[in-house]
Amino acid sequence: MNVKENIKTLIVNKPLKLDCGQTINEFPLAYETYGSLNKDKNNAILVFHALTGDQFVTGKNPITNKDGWWSYAVGPNKSIDTNKYFVICANVIGGCMGSFGPSHKNPKTNKSYGTDFPVITINDIVNAQINLLDNFGIRKLFSVVGGSMGGMQVLQFVSNFPDKTKTAVPIACTASHSAQNIAFNELGRQAITADHNWSKGEYSSNNTIPNKGLAVARMAAHITYLSKKGLQEKFGRKLQERDDLKFGFDADFQIESYLRYQGSVFVDRFDANSYLYITRAMDYFDLAKQFKGNLSNAFIKTNAKFFVISFTSDWLYPTQENKDIVIALNAIGANVGFVEIESDKGHDSFLLDVPDFLSALKNFLDQSYKE
Amino acid sequence: MKLEFKIIADLLEENTRILDVGCDDGTLMEFLKKNKNVDIRGIEISKKKVQVCISKGLTVLEGNAEFDLKQFPENSFDYVVLGQTLQAFVNPEIVIKELLRVGKKAIVTIPNFGHWRVRLNLLTKGTMPVTKTLPNDWYNTPNIHMCTIKDFVKFSKTINFKIYKSLALMNKNVSNINNSNLFFKNLFAELGIFLIEK
Repeated sequence: MNVKENIKTLIVNKPLKLDCGQTINEFPLAYETYGSLNKDKNNAILVFHALTGDQFVTGKNPITNKDGWWSYAVGPNKSIDTNKYFVICANVIGGCMGSFGPSHKNPKTNKSYGTDFPVITINDIVNAQINLLDNFGIRKLFSVVGGSMGGMQVLQFVSNFPDKTKTAVPIACTASHSAQNIAFNELGRQAITADHNWSKGEYSSNNTIPNKGLAVARMAAHITYLSKKGLQEKFGRKLQERDDLKFGFDADFQIESYLRYQGSVFVDRFDANSYLYITRAMDYFDLAKQFKGNLSNAFIKTNAKFFVISFTSDWLYPTQENKDIVIALNAIGANVGFVEIESDKGHDSFLLDVPDFLSALKNFLDQSYKE
Repeated sequence: MKLEFKIIADLLEENTRILDVGCDDGTLMEFLKKNKNVDIRGIEISKKKVQVCISKGLTVLEGNAEFDLKQFPENSFDYVVLGQTLQAFVNPEIVIKELLRVGKKAIVTIPNFGHWRVRLNLLTKGTMPVTKTLPNDWYNTPNIHMCTIKDFVKFSKTINFKIYKSLALMNKNVSNINNSNLFFKNLFAELGIFLIEK
């Protein structure tokens, strides 16, 4: 992917000590912004993307030519109103949209880092992004917002930088990756590394990509983003462009064809090694553990106003895990609101046109901005 | 019922932390936010009403008071307010105990089932009373544990909590309830308002 000209990049000059022990220096952090920063610099919202997202939150993604991943929620007059707020989003380190990641060239070997790239954590990801605030001269953000892995970054951000945001909106996420979450991520990683083309992560030197393994990883993950009811209603047992079963292993069913398509388009836009690194960062995420098992202590220093949102049909990051965050906040008398949104669209609900969600997010932000 | 809110507001001290249990569409919370310098949170079971509260800029948790008060440590709030919902709980005893664990004090208001209109309704019609304050039929009412003002006073002795202040609302007049006038207040008040403590 040679995409450099459309990507804004901040070269971070401050050394960043990673959780794995290594320190990275002068690394690129790719970002995008929407709307404009006001004179008081108090209208900035840092949006965090999920596992396979990037900095192109809304509008046309100049690299994929598709709509930004959060076009439903972010834009003029939308929930995160870019007429009002200055939205910043960075590609996570470890990613593949311009930020320092495993596809970058290792100056020592002149080859891509591949698996020589250091294992990164959500903590590292957030610590890299704090540099954006200095870059724009922002003392305090109005909000930090994100769903799924983006929500984990919200929690980590508030914990690391308790006075750097006025509000925080973790959506459809967890404070600690569950065994089930880790299991699904491991399935994806195994699919990638089992692909012969992966070649211990050195596929770029061979000019190949582990497209089959990465596609299977995406297919498996995609199922976890939907709900049983949603799948049944959309696909049921409908057949794919045929009147009857073919007694073979082609895609007889629409759901099979749909998943294959999702897998195939994914490999065009996402790097397999980045997938390994970012899923690992999610698996290592356990905010309570960082505070000796007491999640409340992660938030004890902040005055930020929280709004936690979950979805009824999300079985990947179910309501109870979101509620655990609320409980930890209430235990220390933090300012926290919570709502579970009714939706059949599974974990993906936060990315889709779910009016109750979009209005709740808008109302929370707009009302809090007035305060 | 603006007057009920006014009475509740008068019972609350300034600069206190308050939890409104069953905060509905946030009308009381809004009223207190405007008229009193207090830090107020709400808990509400209906998703729709939580949405309304959010649109008003109120901090509200979606949840069921019967289970979700557990998450608050002892004495998290100076006051916990329970407005006309005690009768809707499966276990009012647990709820009262939870209110008094979470809050230093609690304000509980109850629609008085002992009101003469309710009694007359049952006496003359022989069917479960349907009145202005109790508009549902027996089979679709959320109010499964109706009580009278007298019942509540008795309840305080049975499960051992102190009634610090008890007020009767009748015909837009507020008056104190005491042992000597309990019979009459129980007959004529539409609403009982109690400030209680452990």
